[in-house]
Amino acid sequence: MSSASARSHVGSGAVSRWSLRILGLGFLALLLVAPLVIIFFETFKDGVQPPLDAITSPNGLHALKLSLLMVAIAVPLNTVFGVACALLLVRHKWKGNALIDSVINLPFALSPVVIGLALYLLYSTNGGWFGPTLAEAGLEVLFSVPGMVLASIFVSLPFVVRETVPVLQEIGTEQEQAASTLGANAWQTFWRVTLPAIRWGVAYGVVLTTARVLGEFGAVTIVSGSISGKTETLPLFVSKEFERFSEPGAYGASLVLALLALMTLLAMNLLKRKEDA
Amino acid sequence: MEANPAALPNSASPRAGFRLPGVGVGLGRGYVVLYLSLMVLIPLAALVDESLSSGLGNFWDQVSSPQAVRSLELTLVASLIVVAINAVFGTIIAWLLVRDEFPGKAAVNAIIDLPFALPTIVASLTLLALYGNESPFGIDIAFTRTAVVVALLFVTLPFVVRAVQPLLIEMDREMEEAAASLGASGFTIFRRIIFPNLIPGLAAGVALAFARALGEFGSVLIFAGGLPDTQVSSVFIRSQVESGNETGAAAVSMVLLFASLLCLAAISLIQRWGSRHERSAGGGLVMPMAGEMPSEAEEKGDADELR
Repeated sequence: MSSASARSHVGSGAVSRWSLRILGLGFLALLLVAPLVIIFFETFKDGVQPPLDAITSPNGLHALKLSLLMVAIAVPLNTVFGVACALLLVRHKWKGNALIDSVINLPFALSPVVIGLALYLLYSTNGGWFGPTLAEAGLEVLFSVPGMVLASIFVSLPFVVRETVPVLQEIGTEQEQAASTLGANAWQTFWRVTLPAIRWGVAYGVVLTTARVLGEFGAVTIVSGSISGKTETLPLFVSKEFERFSEPGAYGASLVLALLALMTLLAMNLLKRKEDA
Repeated sequence: MEANPAALPNSASPRAGFRLPGVGVGLGRGYVVLYLSLMVLIPLAALVDESLSSGLGNFWDQVSSPQAVRSLELTLVASLIVVAINAVFGTIIAWLLVRDEFPGKAAVNAIIDLPFALPTIVASLTLLALYGNESPFGIDIAFTRTAVVVALLFVTLPFVVRAVQPLLIEMDREMEEAAASLGASGFTIFRRIIFPNLIPGLAAGVALAFARALGEFGSVLIFAGGLPDTQVSSVFIRSQVESGNETGAAAVSMVLLFASLLCLAAISLIQRWGSRHERSAGGGLVMPMAGEMPSEAEEKGDADELR
């Protein structure tokens, strides 16, 4: 009942409420909704066939496969790391934790181009710290898949940790203690009690990680060299097609990525609701 | 978590619960430190090394070259403009999502996160289609500095909204009612009561958006292009890599790296200050609402209230 009366104070005048609505929603319409709508228009302006042909061309299919490969490698690695790291940060006090905590935030604040350049310099066969040795062992990192995987891992590293830490803090330790009192060992307690309790938080982190890996452009563009049909993920394919003035290809691939983004939003919403429940 | 820890049965060891066995902790820490070193720290060390490889003098020459300075200036000014606009519109949007009722509100709330989910290069392409020379609105700003600002506005939009929204949800309305019953106008209530309570979230959101804007690459690339006039630092760095000047690219990267570290330090200070702010508010001015405060602040707050 208090909320009903409070609502009548700020923004209560019809004029001020409508001007706030027009400002806020207008801003969103021009900046967020319009871009989403125009992808559909631009993709299908000459019919369904041109974009379909472009995406199912050998280079388009290869880009899609490579994007999925990035997800298949980077997301599990960062998930295992994220859960382990969150457990150590929350449950095991250590003087190194503060440092680990700040290093984990770095990929959020760092330019993807700087990340790409750092990997480029480390693995360059021409004077990088690791490049020449790995090249002798027959492992190409730059301009091939391993370098792109490393870039994907770097940019998406914080998400699972950041989503898991608050959930771990929130669930507390009573149930886990009960389990160990009943004779469960540490491993059983983790699988049967801890993991089920944090699963929606971890899943939310996994969704964010996947979206970031699928969309990564800046870091991957520097380490991959963007070789068509070889080291091109979907976002690189979009950029390449645009440079070649092939609009159906650029917009067709963009539409695929936009649909994946909408699915991501949907998943985020469902998981948020599960988490709150 | 609403009761104070002393009342819980596990008060003897509040941090117990699932713990890795002794050897496991060591192994786990080793794994985490190794992973972070290999994936993040060693590459960044290689970057620092390269930027200084031809001496400090050369580092300074690279950073202070006219083109580098121009790109850094544009990046800084555009990011400042963007966070100022976002602070205003982010707060308005958060207010609409919490305090207003309109059809489609749930959908609007969901689409706020679109810039987190949509690849930046796709954003750039669509912004060009919308606000380029074939603009359906008749607005052509492609390849200008305005385009840089619009692209950055797109990618940083969620930060302020998502930082301010939870504070608005948690805010106690009794103070607003009291102020209104004493005759304060809507604007006065916002300025004197609502806004001061939003400052911690607003500051954190602005700092995150600023960090993101400084390093943004993909969304600017197609829409604003890499013209000398519209080249932000990350685009400049890429052009230096492509023309073989790796040391110059690394030097300008160092400036961005340093700026990122500053932003992160600012965010952690704001968060610490925010939780202290909330605690003092909880202890004094407003009655704390059980279970609605962040757990960390609550633990400290409990200790304070026990005095």
